Amino acid sequence: MLTANWKLPTEKLIFAPILADIMIQDINILNEKDTRSGFGEGIVEAARRNPNVVALTADLAGSLKLNQFMKEFPERYVQCGIAEANMMGVAAGMTVGGKIPFTTTFANFSTSRVYDQIRQSIAYSGKNVKVCASHAGLTLGEDGATHQVLEDIGMMKMLPGMTVIVPCDFNQTKAATIAVAEHEGPVYLRFGRPKWANFTAPEQEFVIGKAQVLAEGTDVTIIACGHLVWTAVEAAKELTAKGISVELINMHTIKPLDEAAILKSVQKTKCVVTAEEHQANGGLGDSVAQVLARNYPAPQEYVAVNDTFGESGTPTDLLEKYGLGKDNIIAAVEKVMKRK
Amino acid sequence: MELNKLKDIATQVRRDIVRMVHAVQSGHPGGSLGCTEYMVALYFHIMKHNPAFNMDAKGEDIFFLSNGHISPVFYSVLARAGYFPISELSTFRKLNSRLQGHPTTHEHLPGVRIASGSLGQGMSVAAGAAMAKKLNGDDRIVYSLHGDGEMQEGQNWEAIMFAAHHKIDNLIATIDYNGQQIDGPTDKVMSLGSLQAKFEAFGWHVIELKEGNDMQQVITTLETAKAASGKGKPVCIMMHTAMGKGVDFMEGTHEWHGIAPNDAQLENALGQLPVTLGDY
Ligand SMILES: Cc1ncc(C[n+]2csc(CCOP(=O)(O)OP(=O)(O)O)c2C)c(N)n1
Ligand SMILES: [Mg+2]
Repeated sequence: MLTANWKLPTEKLIFAPILADIMIQDINILNEKDTRSGFGEGIVEAARRNPNVVALTADLAGSLKLNQFMKEFPERYVQCGIAEANMMGVAAGMTVGGKIPFTTTFANFSTSRVYDQIRQSIAYSGKNVKVCASHAGLTLGEDGATHQVLEDIGMMKMLPGMTVIVPCDFNQTKAATIAVAEHEGPVYLRFGRPKWANFTAPEQEFVIGKAQVLAEGTDVTIIACGHLVWTAVEAAKELTAKGISVELINMHTIKPLDEAAILKSVQKTKCVVTAEEHQANGGLGDSVAQVLARNYPAPQEYVAVNDTFGESGTPTDLLEKYGLGKDNIIAAVEKVMKRK
Repeated sequence: MELNKLKDIATQVRRDIVRMVHAVQSGHPGGSLGCTEYMVALYFHIMKHNPAFNMDAKGEDIFFLSNGHISPVFYSVLARAGYFPISELSTFRKLNSRLQGHPTTHEHLPGVRIASGSLGQGMSVAAGAAMAKKLNGDDRIVYSLHGDGEMQEGQNWEAIMFAAHHKIDNLIATIDYNGQQIDGPTDKVMSLGSLQAKFEAFGWHVIELKEGNDMQQVITTLETAKAASGKGKPVCIMMHTAMGKGVDFMEGTHEWHGIAPNDAQLENALGQLPVTLGDY
């Protein structure tokens, strides 16, 4: 699926949250892995560190890669059947007594299906539940629009007190899973189904709310999350080759948003492109636009789904058809720079 | 239609199912194969329906598929019944197709009246459509199909209570009682207890269909259900089937809920299902 050159990881490839001297051309694929498997490894590690971590599922233990967790911690694994609303309520209840429940199902059934249960029993009640959502976005592929939730970031970020995290690859999803177990409060953790470029450092520290600057530049800022971070890396490489100096930010935490990182970057580049596997309405782009509108208005272009449902297809075909490909990011950069 | 002809259609539908799923290496053969007799009986023998599709279906019987993941059997039966060209089955789950992974109205595929795929919503929709028929003075019947695992969704029980309360007796809901779901047998994942007793306690008339893969029994039971309609209670058919029926290595296990056969497995499967009407 991915065409980028394979290259062994180099010593330089250890990302601190802000790393100034990494050049975009130095960012390379380590391997291809699904982010949900990163979650599967992360929750095992979190459970080893903290006996209060419990995993709930709604008939999707295999899809969410809970196999190892079930083996190691059978008594801390709760099968809820195909009943997501109940699962959210049960998770909220288990926090009363100190458990740290991780609910696991597809992103659509983790959000739209159970919005009021999350809103009242988890967010409003301030419960320490980690809503872990796989198969987010178009890249779940052939199952089609009924399963391709493209509104979840919006729904979740609107809930007061909810932390919203969208890691970009396998390694980062694993690190984020471990980090959210240590964080007190409700979290929405969004990841995906397909094998995707895994390029961030294997043993990284994940700091919730701290943007990751992948490359520094002066002409344009690209802010991306999730699978589209790698797409943005590929776009940035091409733009760099064309002589455009790109600052690339991986905004893995949509909420709380790293406003300082956005402002610092856009004050320098004077324009921004946001890229996400989500509706333009209510996603990362809107969060960035709000920060800019309030503090430092600047031209912005969105690479996002434009008020439409998805459909069946392969992940790459879908990203291309719905305008979320590398070329769309490049075109958006060229457009936004003209608007400066 | 004659029994032998219905059986031939069922065999061809099973070929369609495995070929469609194999072609895109995704989709759900298990439940599709298990519900083949029911779907064929409904569309080729039981329902009054018009393949020149009209959404409102006034004066027609209606079918809703709640367990939308078994779209392969739905699409094959609709195509074979004349709703759209049989050749279109080759577009299943591909980009720009009307045959989405889960059935939708969004692409306007004739025969589909509601999107399904997110489980547990079809019972409410079927109850609503049956109620509309009553309000319209239309005496035709609404049929619906649901997975047994799907019955774990609470919304079903809201709809079941609603339908009994409102005496929606022109509704015949069938449960695909195959005892399997994604993570394993339903008894292990989340036991359903006696579904029959539950429906009855909610005020439904329940009919057990012991051999849901026996065409004659399916027809007889659907006719019994029809005769039981119009008597003040919604009707439920508890249809015992084997997941993966018709392909020996897929039969009776949750393993084939949602995976596609490889080339050799496809060949093996097709060897067990002779061509009857011609492949798409
Ligand atoms: C609301 C919702 N939750 C989870 C799923 C994922 N899912 C698809 S099919 C399925 C199992 C369904 O079991 P059953 O209804 O018994 O159908 P069968 O496996 O027998 O075909 C699950 C959990 C879904 N589609 N919708
Ligand atoms: Mg079942």
